[in-house]
Amino acid sequence: MKVFCYKQDDINTDLLFPGKYTYTCSTGPEIREHLLEDLDSAFAKSVKPGDIIIAGENFGCGSSREQPSLGLRYVGVSAIIARSFARIFYRSAINQGLLLVQSPEAVEAYNEGDEVEVDPAGGIIRIGSRAFDFPALPPEMLSILADGGLLNHIRKEFSEGDG
Amino acid sequence: MGETFAMKILSRAAGKKVREGEIIFVEPDYVLTHDNSSAIIGKFEATVPGSKVRYPDKLAIVLDHVIPAVSSKIAVGHRKIRKFVQEQDIKHFYDIGTGICHQVLPEMGLVKPGSIVVGSDSHTCTYGAFNCFATGIDRTEAAGIWITGKTWFKVPETINIDITGGFTAGVSAKDLILTIIGDIGAGGANYMAVEFNGPAVAGLRICDRMTIANMGIEMGAKIAAFPANSVTNRYLETVGIDSSAALWSDHDAEYTKSFEYDLADIVPVVACPHQVDNVIPITELPETGIDQVFIGTCTNGRVEDFQAALQILRGHTVHSDVRLLVGPASRKEYLKAMEMGLIQDFIEVGAVILPPGCGPCLGAHQGVLAPGEKCLSTANRNFKGRMGEKDAEIYLSSPETAAASAITGRITDPREVL
Repeated sequence: MKVFCYKQDDINTDLLFPGKYTYTCSTGPEIREHLLEDLDSAFAKSVKPGDIIIAGENFGCGSSREQPSLGLRYVGVSAIIARSFARIFYRSAINQGLLLVQSPEAVEAYNEGDEVEVDPAGGIIRIGSRAFDFPALPPEMLSILADGGLLNHIRKEFSEGDG
Repeated sequence: MGETFAMKILSRAAGKKVREGEIIFVEPDYVLTHDNSSAIIGKFEATVPGSKVRYPDKLAIVLDHVIPAVSSKIAVGHRKIRKFVQEQDIKHFYDIGTGICHQVLPEMGLVKPGSIVVGSDSHTCTYGAFNCFATGIDRTEAAGIWITGKTWFKVPETINIDITGGFTAGVSAKDLILTIIGDIGAGGANYMAVEFNGPAVAGLRICDRMTIANMGIEMGAKIAAFPANSVTNRYLETVGIDSSAALWSDHDAEYTKSFEYDLADIVPVVACPHQVDNVIPITELPETGIDQVFIGTCTNGRVEDFQAALQILRGHTVHSDVRLLVGPASRKEYLKAMEMGLIQDFIEVGAVILPPGCGPCLGAHQGVLAPGEKCLSTANRNFKGRMGEKDAEIYLSSPETAAASAITGRITDPREVL
């Protein structure tokens, strides 16, 4: 498990996925190629399933484009821990089934090389030897996350309705 | 204790009295999508194959972002959207050339005071100018609403911005909203509603309110809203909409934060690279030469913006080191500008006229920058890479500042040339 640490504030959606590709790249494999291209050109090649991102305030601000959340979920990022998230990105991540954890304390505590572990059910993040609580998501959001995103959630509701 | 606009409108939509922080489910009045509809169609069809959308009359689809198609891949996307529109009997479809979605929806009478509009575009907050609860969502959520007709909202807290006084010469609504964003910060209104109140609201034209509401997202706001008054009603009457369902906050509404601005204190400002809240008065900016000026977009592509720019540009020519691009926000604005002779005036001073659409704003085509170039734009974002090149720099300003700078070739306080 690798931790990608970008502690600066206001990392926007153009840095996560440049606008020039917005209407030509929509699927996971297409997005992966340009994910975080203008923020960290090494990210797309080195990210592996289970990796974690640590970030500052207002992560994901800007456009409503969903390539950042869809792409990060596709490459298998297991959680993003930030001081705070921009609201459209926050919704979008839930819609993709991507776990976001707001914990300024955990971001503050992280030093390069620390082991990071997130226990979403228990609401606990472990950074090295320290542990931090984070508030549970509202039940409406948890059920979307648990189903693996909004459309899976809707699909499930529809099939239950039919049954 | 009184209620805010957000509380009232969400209470009406939810059919019960809501509290701040509560999560509620509502059926939006319209869901806007644009060129990204082709990806949304893919999601819709993969989730509920062969189904009809829940409320076809609540969909509004506008092709504006990359028009005319710049590549075969984009053209295929546009074709897919046109086919879907036919199959699903979607009547509110506006093909290329109609204009930018945020200008087109009000023009087509789809934006009603007191209504709820969501859109798979972050600048959907523009409709707050018309007393709408309007906010951005992602493509997946748009597909979800096409299927179910509903979505969830957390009832937001509200920031109040009281405005008084009047603008001085050379200063306009863009300078005000950039100043506010500079003060509040890029995330300062995150998750919150922003209300504009105070005696100066009555004097703001629809175009001013649209410029201001449009940029609410640049401070993180969920919505940025104005009350409906005689200015709103007069505009909406021209598109056949009555304002009887308008709502507004109570006088004793409780706000999380309040700010006050006297318009007479606002000066010409620019947002410097690479963040919209990196705002400084032009008088404090070191000499900054520019390669391109862009006047247009959903923020400042209306005839009033063109008139303000041409008041400065007429009698001059665009500086030899500068390319001036002008993009009308819609076909209607383009026609009005033609009738008023504004397009001819722009061409005579040396401008290049773009079709009504998003143009160079998002870097997909038309006016992409070269490495190291600087652009002064009336758009709403100056993020690194936004105009197609990560090693270029984008400054944001009013149309007045853009015009003055196009003449001098450096970012110029419009009061210098008035």
